[in-house]
Amino acid sequence: MRYHLSTPIPEEEIRRLRVGDILYIDGMMVTARDEAHKKALELHERGEKPPIDFRGLAIFHCGPIVKRKGDRWRVVAAGPTTSMRMEIFEDRFIEVYRPAVIIGKGGMGERTSKACQRYGCVYAAFTGGAALLAAERIKAVRDVYWLEELGMPECLWVFEVEGFGPLIVTIDTHGGNLTEEVKQKVWERFESLKASLR
Amino acid sequence: MELERVVLETAVELLRRASTQLPKPYIEAMRKALEEMEGEIGKAQLGNILEDARLAAEGSLPICQDTGIVAFLIELGDDFPIRSRLKDILIEATRRATEEIPLRPNAVDLFEGNTGDNVGLQGHVPILYIDLVEGDELRLTAMPKGGGSSNVAAHRMLKPGVGLRGVKEFVLEAVATAGSLGCPPYFVGVGIGGGEDLCMLLAKKALLRPFGERHPDPRIAEMERELLEKINQLGIGVMGLGEGPTALDVHIEIAARHPASLPVGVVLSCWALRHATAVIRADGTVVWEPQR
Repeated sequence: MRYHLSTPIPEEEIRRLRVGDILYIDGMMVTARDEAHKKALELHERGEKPPIDFRGLAIFHCGPIVKRKGDRWRVVAAGPTTSMRMEIFEDRFIEVYRPAVIIGKGGMGERTSKACQRYGCVYAAFTGGAALLAAERIKAVRDVYWLEELGMPECLWVFEVEGFGPLIVTIDTHGGNLTEEVKQKVWERFESLKASLR
Repeated sequence: MELERVVLETAVELLRRASTQLPKPYIEAMRKALEEMEGEIGKAQLGNILEDARLAAEGSLPICQDTGIVAFLIELGDDFPIRSRLKDILIEATRRATEEIPLRPNAVDLFEGNTGDNVGLQGHVPILYIDLVEGDELRLTAMPKGGGSSNVAAHRMLKPGVGLRGVKEFVLEAVATAGSLGCPPYFVGVGIGGGEDLCMLLAKKALLRPFGERHPDPRIAEMERELLEKINQLGIGVMGLGEGPTALDVHIEIAARHPASLPVGVVLSCWALRHATAVIRADGTVVWEPQR
């Protein structure tokens, strides 16, 4: 199935999605990598709030190249980064901040999958490296936070996007995890291929 | 001074070409794979990749936002007039390329954070590999490499008793472990022998041999063919979603080993295979090699 969804995305829309669905997103997307996840969670533990409410938004695992032109930012390239690095933060992040969609590449693990089921979130893959395709669908930079402290790749960029996709849902709220399924098959094949080596 | 300017500008242009254009035979291989494959998910991924590569070449923009850690391979001729100054020139070229292309700042100091210009504070980044050769030319290769595929590189000191079969098993295991994480379809570089460090360097340099070209030693060429076939049978697929090619090529380079050691390095390139080479003559003329 193909879906076009606008942020903030209600939980019931997210719970309709299944692994393999193709998704396009309109609205607000916020980049967050290792450092931003860590900082956002530390703020929460101290009882403070991050500068933006992530509820119902898309979180993008991405460290973009952004260029300043006068008083505006222009996104040059913005492909996804390897999501697995955020596996140690993401379940807690989803629990605390309730984003609707996590976008990245390479898939995520068991902890994230459980949090997606419990709190109504999906993980969707964008083609790794396809940074210019992604940049084309980012219409404006709304805000940037933590730039000074974390640097260009790690800070929070708030993007306004139109038709951001095609994204492939690889973790749904029903326990499906496409990347993990492929991984299991790969290791089964590895065992038989190992035996066939000359 | 004029020659220094030529080297600097050539280095910037090499980084631009490497970051914005894929080798043509490589694009052709992906196009062919797209035509031959079934499965909508994999087709969508490979279609996105080819479209992205087209946008990059047309707009002279980086193929991927991760423009990598900058490395240069240098073949320095005996009579090329610039010697140790070359290091400073390539550092300056890296700064300029970061600003002009632009490249993402990717040099992070352990204590001071991102340096902002792709130049490390300890003098090791950009990474320079220097080889001394005859003649009066400088052959320069820019080879920026992204973090995602570097993170899935693998290294092991095998017991010599496992033999070549053990080596092949390790390579297969390394690619299976990399799975979706390094942006397949991969280009797999393998280094065998030479010690714990050299095998990694050989694996990295193996990626510079023209795409699709087999090793001149038929025994190594045969290993390359077998590994390419079996890696693809793993079925990781484009972006690890289980459809389409897992690897487009495998190159192996070898060195002598210590009797007690069998070092193996595996360096993976993501689909965005990035390198570009030019030869600069002592008189300042520049010959650009096609990206292959």
